[in-house]
Amino acid sequence: MGDIIFGLIAVTIGIGASYGLYWLLNALLSFLPEKILKRVQWIAFLTPALVLVTLVLLVPIVQTFIWSFMDKRVENYVGFDNYVALFTDPNFLSVLVNNFLWVLVVPAITVAIGTAVATLTNQVGPTREKIFKTLIFMPMSISFVAAATIWSLTYAYVPPGRPEVGVLNSIMIGLGLEAQPWLTISDGRLNTFLLMAVLVWLQVGYSMVIISAAIKAVPEETLEAARLDAANAWQVFRHVILPQVWGSIMAVFVTVLILVMKIFDVVLAMTGGNFDTSVLALEWFRVFFESREIGPASAIVVVLFVLIVPLMYVQIRTVKQQEELR
Amino acid sequence: MSTLKRISARFKLGSTFILLALVVVWSLPTLGLLITSLRRRSDAEVSPWWDAVLDPLGTVWSTDAYQTALESGMLDALINTFAVTIPATILPLMVAANAAYAFTFLNFKGKEVVFSLMVGLMVVPLQAALIPVLRGMVWLQKAVDIQLTGTYASAWIVHSAFAMPLAIYIIRNYMLTIPTSLIEAARIDGASYYKIFWSLVLPLSMPAIASFAIFQFLWVWNDYLIAFIFVGQGSPVLTYELLKLLGQYGQGWQDVAAGAFISLVVPLLVFLGLQRFFVRGLTSGSVK
Repeated sequence: MGDIIFGLIAVTIGIGASYGLYWLLNALLSFLPEKILKRVQWIAFLTPALVLVTLVLLVPIVQTFIWSFMDKRVENYVGFDNYVALFTDPNFLSVLVNNFLWVLVVPAITVAIGTAVATLTNQVGPTREKIFKTLIFMPMSISFVAAATIWSLTYAYVPPGRPEVGVLNSIMIGLGLEAQPWLTISDGRLNTFLLMAVLVWLQVGYSMVIISAAIKAVPEETLEAARLDAANAWQVFRHVILPQVWGSIMAVFVTVLILVMKIFDVVLAMTGGNFDTSVLALEWFRVFFESREIGPASAIVVVLFVLIVPLMYVQIRTVKQQEELR
Repeated sequence: MSTLKRISARFKLGSTFILLALVVVWSLPTLGLLITSLRRRSDAEVSPWWDAVLDPLGTVWSTDAYQTALESGMLDALINTFAVTIPATILPLMVAANAAYAFTFLNFKGKEVVFSLMVGLMVVPLQAALIPVLRGMVWLQKAVDIQLTGTYASAWIVHSAFAMPLAIYIIRNYMLTIPTSLIEAARIDGASYYKIFWSLVLPLSMPAIASFAIFQFLWVWNDYLIAFIFVGQGSPVLTYELLKLLGQYGQGWQDVAAGAFISLVVPLLVFLGLQRFFVRGLTSGSVK
């Protein structure tokens, strides 16, 4: 009970204080003469956001870059030693391979299934569309940790001699095969692919929603014209719908790509990064929280950062294009 | 045969069956966990969950697992999660709405550059900032004795900052659709910018704000990393407790399953109740 009251007080103070801040900033500025006020008015509205972003994002990011050239306890500069150590460590190279596989597989499959579901649900009428969409979309509200729990049960392995409780192993036994400790099998990175299934499961809903909205925005006339030319359903999709929703598909692709680059929770919860499943973000987490090595951990994050920067460029460019269309 | 074909085409049976198969695959894992959470330990250990579905009358259904989970920390975690999530949703929205207003209706030097920077920050991995932020907070405590780490407030601040780029972007996009003439008319009537923001622009921007609020609520509720680093074990949140439960499922799957459901019931309700706003937020946030 005390917790709840304390929580409520904290919540009220936090929100009240931030409202008061804006009121105060504006009150201070209002003493200025109108002519100056017009030019400095933005300060009152933008300062808190700028301070927040500068202190919690910009400065720390710069700091991380600097620390990536320092030793474990960030006392001495060590040049490129951290990076050299990373790229000569076979374990880290294996981590990079995993990240590469994630990026290669998950966005493409997510977008493909999303497009298929969006196209199919568009044909079955509003009632069925709503039910199907809600069920496919639902995993989006689930945390990565809860999703990992759900799928751990599906992949569950019970030592021999006791009845299986996991779906996958029960299917295996039904087919006359042997049950497998799935998440420990790193041959051909099988376990990493099983982890990817969890993320696809989580993200298809998002991909479906965006692509579905784009499909519904395709002008009826273009579909009508194609039908008059006696195009079949596949041809209409391939030559009329697909080109018009391609922009949305790419946008989803990039968004999922960025998400997958940073993938962390699912791997942490399901394998802890063992059995060759670790990824960059998890490696960072381990090096910092388990080994307390700040310099090396920062170097890992910088590698991740550098891999994401090209996507940042794509993001800014698409936004610019959108602005010009306005 | 042709009648069958016509009926099939009329009711779109082909598409429906494909979708049905997909939906079954999509729902089974969650259904399995739900059923497991409602079984007794002695059953959950020795038989798979679909045995209970195939023989619902012969199964002993029980909510013991929920009671065990709640008593072993999930109830406190639920309260902690609310205390982290609600301000971490409202605060960034307030800050971002103010900033979006400046970006949309006020003129200043370097506006475009600052805005581009914000957009660029949208994709930055938050791990790139976390260690220095954590160290900074520890330093602050030593220097001026303000304790931030281990408190809710640290999570509010960090979540607010990380939400800023996307929130500003989405809200500004929406504000651009508000006619400037409306603001000018209000100016001529002598309203201050402060008043225009609170009584005109903010109410008009509510659809975008509501969409982002849902988005941010789900994101913070489901977050593990920031809660782990900044709030930690002092006031563990649901994802933290759930991961702990998952690590010790020697206790039986039913407790983990119940814990998972306790953690996802609130976001699920928010999601189902406000699905329309959520979808609108997603589609407006995406770049077309």
